[in-house]
Amino acid sequence: MNENVKKAKRRSSQKARRRFLRSVLYGAGAVGVALLGYLPVVGQWLTRLRPPGALYEEKFLAACIKCGQCVQVCPVEAIHLADLDEGFGVGVPYIDARAQACDFSCDGLQCVLACPTGALTHEVNYPHQVDMGIARVVNEGQCLAVQGKGFQGQARGADFTGKLRYAEVDRWNPILVRDHPYDLALCDLCVRQCPIEIRIADCAAGKPPSGDERQCPPQHAIKLEPIDDTGRKRPVILDGCVGCGVCEMICPVEPAVIVMDSSESRASSKGLRA
Amino acid sequence: MSYSSLKDSVAELLGRDPRKPAPGEVPPEVKAIHQDKRTDKSRIAKIRVELAEKAANKPPEKLRRKRWAVLIAVNLLFVLSYWLDIQLLEGALTASRFAGFHMADLNSALQVMLAFKHVVINLVIGTVTVFILWWLLGGRTFCSWVCPYHLLAEWAEMLHVWLAKKKIVKDHPMDRRMRTIAWLVFALLALLTGYTVYETISPTGILSRALIYGPGVALIWVGLLLAFEVFYSRRAWCRYLCPIGLTYGLVGATSPFKVRYHLSSCFHEGECRKVCLVPHVLDTVILGRARGLEVDIGADCTRCGRCVDACPTSSLTFHFPGSGKAGE
Repeated sequence: MNENVKKAKRRSSQKARRRFLRSVLYGAGAVGVALLGYLPVVGQWLTRLRPPGALYEEKFLAACIKCGQCVQVCPVEAIHLADLDEGFGVGVPYIDARAQACDFSCDGLQCVLACPTGALTHEVNYPHQVDMGIARVVNEGQCLAVQGKGFQGQARGADFTGKLRYAEVDRWNPILVRDHPYDLALCDLCVRQCPIEIRIADCAAGKPPSGDERQCPPQHAIKLEPIDDTGRKRPVILDGCVGCGVCEMICPVEPAVIVMDSSESRASSKGLRA
Repeated sequence: MSYSSLKDSVAELLGRDPRKPAPGEVPPEVKAIHQDKRTDKSRIAKIRVELAEKAANKPPEKLRRKRWAVLIAVNLLFVLSYWLDIQLLEGALTASRFAGFHMADLNSALQVMLAFKHVVINLVIGTVTVFILWWLLGGRTFCSWVCPYHLLAEWAEMLHVWLAKKKIVKDHPMDRRMRTIAWLVFALLALLTGYTVYETISPTGILSRALIYGPGVALIWVGLLLAFEVFYSRRAWCRYLCPIGLTYGLVGATSPFKVRYHLSSCFHEGECRKVCLVPHVLDTVILGRARGLEVDIGADCTRCGRCVDACPTSSLTFHFPGSGKAGE
């Protein structure tokens, strides 16, 4: 009888030990999997272009509550949420500029206003204050303007689904780029469609967006600079560039002559976003 | 007056096992009822009759159907609001705006606050609103009435129970204190690393975003969790790990909305404990354990109402102050 009681006791303590052990393994496993999310971040497997107003990367990942309200308000649907392969960045918004850049067609930075946590800082009010990154000319030799060529037709072909707001067509609604063909003697699409340059031109014509002088950018973002006197020109990125990505999106050359560099600009920015 | 103990309720939420009442803790009139039931030979016979009746004529789980409808409706509202662009409920379960008014999931907000160490006014508004909402509605009510993972886990649980009955799988229960430890670890990690570490694996956030913004590889993680629950440990995520559940449990610990137990009509069949996600909260229904004629069920209860549906004698009811026996 006594033996049986002892045996039962041993069995139940063994059971309890097993239960404790598998609980610890389970908990450690879940925490371990969560911590794996650090790898894509520390390894910088992907450097993403973030929406306007984004804090610098580390703070941005901390502050973002992964709700996608910025995704929902964007009129050109430029913003997407990252998947689990981006680790701690899962559910965090990014912009793939080549597919669809931010063209500021909302004027009022709707994504910034929608952000509930300040991950997109509310201290940015106008497009020219944004600092998403900076445009870089990567393969100048391929640039049509550098070759002295013009451009006719749909900037990105008939299958491209990206949108831009063409104020002369529709002040309020962005339209498909493929529905707005061009006929240019010298290709200047990157300058022509630059949201900062468009605003500067509007302001110079005495028509700032929404009649608000504060919408007027103080600095130019991009220009075409003559190479020689044959009419060939090269794109030059200027201090007013905010990294919105429209030049990368509209560039008709494949792959694009200009791409966004999001790493340096925000991280080194001494402004509000650093 | 019904019996409730905040101290025990929170301790059990954090993982302590329920304790038997000490002799002095049970009032004489309650003790008398316990004694009567122990000596009442007809009680067992009555249970047999009642369970035979139930087996022959399975009653529908009305509350469960209603709850599923609510859960699906809330999640569908997020989806339709975006797809149809009606802007009624923007965002996802982690944070949203209802008719323009900020709402923030309490655990997600906590992770962000700890990691970011800076709180903007919109997040304060969202957090306070949601805190008040779920305090009123019962805290873990969020789990069973809103969380999309809960619904999938319920279906996985049905499969698990069926497989267990066929002896194909076996439940491996775990130590409930694990959830408290996980909560602390994830809070500490957010604070120390500056990343919202828990959000990376939160099946609630992953599912909510997948529904609204489209599926991704993150769903594989949710699938693995469900498989773990089907084949190894029943309801393992909600019971032993989810920090969201613990956060809402703490919020609802003093909630006016709760499930109430009525001792005198109870036959102690134990039907309620079989269906309960968190059976330790129903310890009081075991004969001799009740400390009052009426007992309020503890903070870990998700107010899912399955016990209310399952109880053959209506001895468990939803209770809201001034409502009498609400939700019957």
